[in-house]
Amino acid sequence: MSAAELSALQRPSDRLRRRQAVNRGMELLAWLAAAAAVAILGVVVSSVAKRGASELNLDLLTKAPVPFAIGSVKQGLVNAFTGSLVIVGLATAMTLPVGILVAIYVNEFAPRRIRNGLGLVIDVLAGIPAIVVGIFVFGLVVLGHGQSALAGSFALAVLMLPFVARATIEVLALVPDSLREAALGLGAPRWRTTLGIVLPQTVGGIVTGGVLAVARVAGETAPLLFTSSVGVSNGADWNPLHALQTVPVAIFELSESDNTGDHARAWAAAFVLLMFILLTSLSARWLANRSRRKLARGVR
Amino acid sequence: MSTIDTTGTAARRPFTGRRVRPGDLVLQGTAGLAALGAAVLLGLVVYKVVEGSRLALSTLCLGFLAHIGWDPVHSHFGAGSFLFGTAVTSIGALLLATPLALGIALFLTELAPSWIRAPVTALVETLAAIPSVVIGLWGIIVLGPLLRDHVMPALHSTLGFIPLFGTPNPSGLGLFTAIVVLTIMILPIIASISRELFLGVPPELKEAALGLGTTRWEMVRGVILPYTRGGVAAAMILGLGRAVGEAIAVAQVAGGIDNLVSWNLFNGGNTLAGKLALEFQSSTSNLETSGLFYLALILLVFSLVVNVFARSVVRRVARRQGLLVR
Repeated sequence: MSAAELSALQRPSDRLRRRQAVNRGMELLAWLAAAAAVAILGVVVSSVAKRGASELNLDLLTKAPVPFAIGSVKQGLVNAFTGSLVIVGLATAMTLPVGILVAIYVNEFAPRRIRNGLGLVIDVLAGIPAIVVGIFVFGLVVLGHGQSALAGSFALAVLMLPFVARATIEVLALVPDSLREAALGLGAPRWRTTLGIVLPQTVGGIVTGGVLAVARVAGETAPLLFTSSVGVSNGADWNPLHALQTVPVAIFELSESDNTGDHARAWAAAFVLLMFILLTSLSARWLANRSRRKLARGVR
Repeated sequence: MSTIDTTGTAARRPFTGRRVRPGDLVLQGTAGLAALGAAVLLGLVVYKVVEGSRLALSTLCLGFLAHIGWDPVHSHFGAGSFLFGTAVTSIGALLLATPLALGIALFLTELAPSWIRAPVTALVETLAAIPSVVIGLWGIIVLGPLLRDHVMPALHSTLGFIPLFGTPNPSGLGLFTAIVVLTIMILPIIASISRELFLGVPPELKEAALGLGTTRWEMVRGVILPYTRGGVAAAMILGLGRAVGEAIAVAQVAGGIDNLVSWNLFNGGNTLAGKLALEFQSSTSNLETSGLFYLALILLVFSLVVNVFARSVVRRVARRQGLLVR
């Protein structure tokens, strides 16, 4: 065989070259898609940071808004920050015990068929759009009793419940059965096995699930529009029976305005909200990875 | 108490394996009650939304779905333009987001060097954590003008023969901007579900394909995508459900125009959820409020169908892969 023939055999055929070109093109597209996602995140976060950080000052957190302000009056959104604290705090207090109990029932007690049914209920609850939850609470509470922070926190609690329950079910399922069997074998009743042996193993996971749920609902606007937004007072108000302003609703209202001063405060509030959500959800994720690794390594 | 125990054997009765302990009953009872509460809550949501929309259901009937326009002065209400806006924006967002999301998922499972994988996965999930009101604010002030000044004129001049890309409107807010914003919001959902599906493809199948001399793309097209087809469909359906239910960001960027059905994506419009977010407090009559409940009922029914369907697909996939089904 001559050298020319050999090199012709070694050269890739046109067909192979075409296949490799298609492959390279597709790989490039996948790289670009990932780069685009990261770039979008970067652009959104950096434009909120750029516009928000320059507007950020102590007045935002300590001063009340001034309606129909003329000129450069010093004003802030203190009522929105206190209102968000009250509403999210109440929602968390309502959800955590119920969500954990639901998860305990699903994972430790329920017969298989009921467990499947409850899994479906939790999935469907998690899928209801936030705005529909807001309208549900409007029909349930607000039509009869008017708006209040309590109604708003109930709406947020409905959104949080499936998250907390799902997260708790996931960590409960990670606890090895040998642990339950050991406790039951030593004669411990089921309730002590569950509350004293199984549940303490999952505290880390439940806390991260709860923090993620808080980070998610802290930015929710839709359910609060109909439940806690009308007739809000301008000063700091901690009374859960009043309708309280919240940070997301304040951003929504300010963003619809034509006034550039309103936009500036909207950016500053968005910056604070975004930093809170990013810090809490990133630290929760970090904690989750740690506690999952610990559970996977086996029980101490 | 027909027989009275006089021998005292009850105290020394041999262990039968099932003793009812009060503590067990209390815990099982409270936990069961909480679970029942969750089920009741779901029923209550459906009941309240149906109850609120009863007036509109009886007076406006199904014609409500086709009628275009929302006229509180003459009490003519219809969901037609909102159904149109919802369909156009969410399907548009799905068409843009799905290929991007699949690309991201393939990058994260097949291509990325291992040191990039964890941070990029975390970044993509962080995108999902940004509140919709913040994305909407960014959409009004940054994205809208950007699209108006650069993207919309370019699309109009090159693809203007397609009715979708008509004359841009001066505000920069409209269905097209809503599509872009919704794409950003559902991208991380579809990407992270697809990534998990791709991770579940058995390595022997992928190695067999590569061993037969396929390129990496041919392996993806011949093994990974067919293997995960059902799951990817479920991920798309979940993304669609999210896009349809998104109210705040759409209310901010879609322009809030109620009476327009136009194929020009650059025109303003509104969606079911956006209409609810913008109008609920300014409702003037019982019939209008009830009509808004009717819109919410459409959203609720859609979300129920989407989630039941997606769940059944996910369970089927999980069973096939021999994973734990719960």
